Amino acid sequence: MSEEKDILLDVRGLKKYFNTKRGLLHAVDDVTFTIERGKTLGVVGESGCGKSTTGRAILHLLEPTAGEVLFEGKDICKMSKEEIRGMRKDMQIIFQDPFSSLDPRRTISEIIGEPLKINGIIKDKDARLERVLELMETVGLAERLVNTYPHELDGGRRQRIGIARALAVNPKFIVCDEPVSALDVSIQAQILNLMKELQEKMGLTYMFITHDLSVVNHFSDDIAVMYLGKLIEKAPAEELFEHPTHPYTQALLSAIPVPDIHHKRERILLKGEITSPINPKPVCRFANRCVHATDRCREAEPQLKEISPGHFVSCFLVDDQ
Amino acid sequence: MSENKSKYSIDIENLVVEYRTEYGVVQALNGLDLKIEHGKTLGLVGETGAGKTTTGLSILKLIPDPPGVIVSGTIKLDGEDLMEKSEKEMGSIRGKEISMIFQDPMTALNPVMTVEEQIAESIELHEQVSKAESIEKARAMLELVGIPGERGKEYPHQFSGGMKQRVVIAIALACNPALLIADEPTTALDVTIQAQVLEMMKNLKEKYNTSMLMITHDLGIVAEICDSVSIIYAGQIVEHGNLEDIFENTRHPYTEGLFNSLPNLKDRKAKLKPIKGLMPDPSNLPKGCAFCPRCDYAMEICETQKPEKVYRNGEHYVRCHLYSKENIQEGRLETR
Repeated sequence: MSEEKDILLDVRGLKKYFNTKRGLLHAVDDVTFTIERGKTLGVVGESGCGKSTTGRAILHLLEPTAGEVLFEGKDICKMSKEEIRGMRKDMQIIFQDPFSSLDPRRTISEIIGEPLKINGIIKDKDARLERVLELMETVGLAERLVNTYPHELDGGRRQRIGIARALAVNPKFIVCDEPVSALDVSIQAQILNLMKELQEKMGLTYMFITHDLSVVNHFSDDIAVMYLGKLIEKAPAEELFEHPTHPYTQALLSAIPVPDIHHKRERILLKGEITSPINPKPVCRFANRCVHATDRCREAEPQLKEISPGHFVSCFLVDDQ
Repeated sequence: MSENKSKYSIDIENLVVEYRTEYGVVQALNGLDLKIEHGKTLGLVGETGAGKTTTGLSILKLIPDPPGVIVSGTIKLDGEDLMEKSEKEMGSIRGKEISMIFQDPMTALNPVMTVEEQIAESIELHEQVSKAESIEKARAMLELVGIPGERGKEYPHQFSGGMKQRVVIAIALACNPALLIADEPTTALDVTIQAQVLEMMKNLKEKYNTSMLMITHDLGIVAEICDSVSIIYAGQIVEHGNLEDIFENTRHPYTEGLFNSLPNLKDRKAKLKPIKGLMPDPSNLPKGCAFCPRCDYAMEICETQKPEKVYRNGEHYVRCHLYSKENIQEGRLETR
C-alpha cells in the first residue's frame, strides 16, 4: 500500500469563475484531485455541474481563475504561452459532438494530419500522409475514406476521426468530454472498446467526462462526482457503486434506469432542481434538495474528507458517524 | 370505463412508408405491425434511423409530404381506420384523441407565448370552453405536472429543461387523450430529472388510463415503465413480446446485440460486445433479412429471403430464419 503512486496529473484548488450580468458564476469551485498514470478518472454530474469546464481549465483551453494544475510535476498555470503550446502535445481532448467538432471543409486526412503539421512533428507531406493512414488503421477507419469529408460519414466514424486526431501527437493524457453520448448503443460499445484497447496499448491516461453512470462505471478506475462546481465525492469505481456516501451520489445512482426486469431498488427521488451557481453562499450547495439536510448544512460548507483509503466525501453526515 | 370498440387502442398493420427524394427512395417503414391494448404502454426500441419517429408521425398522419408517402397499411385508432380520415377530421383527432410528446423540450415550445396560453390553446380548440375556463384548466394541468399554477404566466425561457418537458407533457395530456406518443421524452434530461419525469408520467397514465407508445433507445427505461416491447430494425418489428419475453427469453440476434452492447452495472469488468458494422442504408436495403450483414448467425437463406414471423406464444414473435415452430421454445441463443 505504501508504494509510491505514479501521479500524472495533480489538480489543486482549481477554480474557474465567469463574470455574468447577474454576478460571478462559480463554474468550478476549489476542485482538488489526482489521476494516476495509465488510469481513468471518470467525472460525473448533471448539466451545469462544471465537469466540462474542469476538463477545459486543466488543458488551459480556459484560463483558470485560481489553483494549480501539475502535469508530471510542472504547474501548467505558471507556464508561458510558448511552454503551454509545447504541453499540448502531451494533453489532448476528444469532444462530445462528432458533428460539430470537425471542420466540414477539410478532408479526413487534413483533419487528422493538422496537429502533426501545427506542432511541427512531421513536416514532410508524404511522411505525414503515411502517419495519417497508420492512425486511421489504429482507430479502425478504412483507408479508402482518407479523402472523404466529415459529412459523408456517420457519427461512429466521425468520433473515430476525433480519436485519431487526438492520438496523432502521441499524447500521454486525454480529456474525453462525453465521447459517446451522441452515439447509438451498438456504436457506443464499439467506441468504448476501441478507447480501452488504445489505453492498454499506449498507456494512455484518461479523464472521462460523462453523465452516463453505467458507462462511467464500466470505463473508470476512479470516479469523481460533481455538483454545482464542487467535487462532492471521489472513490474507486467499485467502492463508489457499493458504498455511495454523499446523499447526492446515492440519489444519482438510484436514478439510473436498469435494463433488468427483476431489479428492485428503492429510488431516491430528489425534490426540485439544481440551483444557480451564481454568487453561491458558503453553505452546502446540495442542502436545499437533500432529505438529510440540517441547520448546519445551511450555515457552513462541508470539506472533502477521506473516510476510507481513496474514498473522499464532502458532507456533514460523515462527521457524525 | 368508457366502452371501447376494439381491444386495441392502436392497431397498425403492414404499414409501409417511403420518403421519395431526388436521390432515391428511402424505405422508412417496411410492413410494420404494432398493437397497444387500452391503458398499456408499449416500448418501441431501436437505433437512429430505424423508423421510430416515422412510426409516431404516421399515427398522427404528420409525415412531411412530400417527400413522405404512406404507401399502404392500416392504422386503426380504437377500431377506426385513420387512413380514411380527412385532414379536417385528423385536426380534431390530433391533440384530442392522440397527442405526442417530442424529444426536445427546448424547441417544442413557442418562445413568445406564455406557458399557460400554450396549454390553453389545445383545450380551447378541442373543448367547448371559454378562454378564461381554458386558462383555468391550463393552470390545473401545470399543478398536475408539479409546477405551481401561478408560474403559468411565465415564458418557456424562464423554465429549466425538466420543467419545460413537464409543460410539454401538460399540453399533451390537457385533453385527456386515449393515446399518448412519447418520442424519447427524457433523452434531453439529466438522470435525476429523468427519474422525476418518468415517475410522473407513470402516475398520470395510470390515473387517466391512457395508452402510451414510448419511443426510446434506452432498455432501462423500457424495463421500468413498459408492459410490452417492440424492437424495430430498418423499418420493421424484428421482435415483439411482453417484458419477460424480451428481457428473459430474447430470441432475435439484434435484440441480443442490444443487450450485450450495454455496460453491465453488476459486472464492470465484462467486455462490451458491440454489434459489428452499421445500420443498412434505408435507400438500399439488403434483399433478404435487413440485419443479415451484421448478424453473427447469418446463414445462406438470410441473404435472399425475408424472414416471416415465428410465434413463441400468443404475443411473443420474432422475425429470424434461425427459428421455426419446432425450435422456438428451445431457448435463447447461446451467449458466446
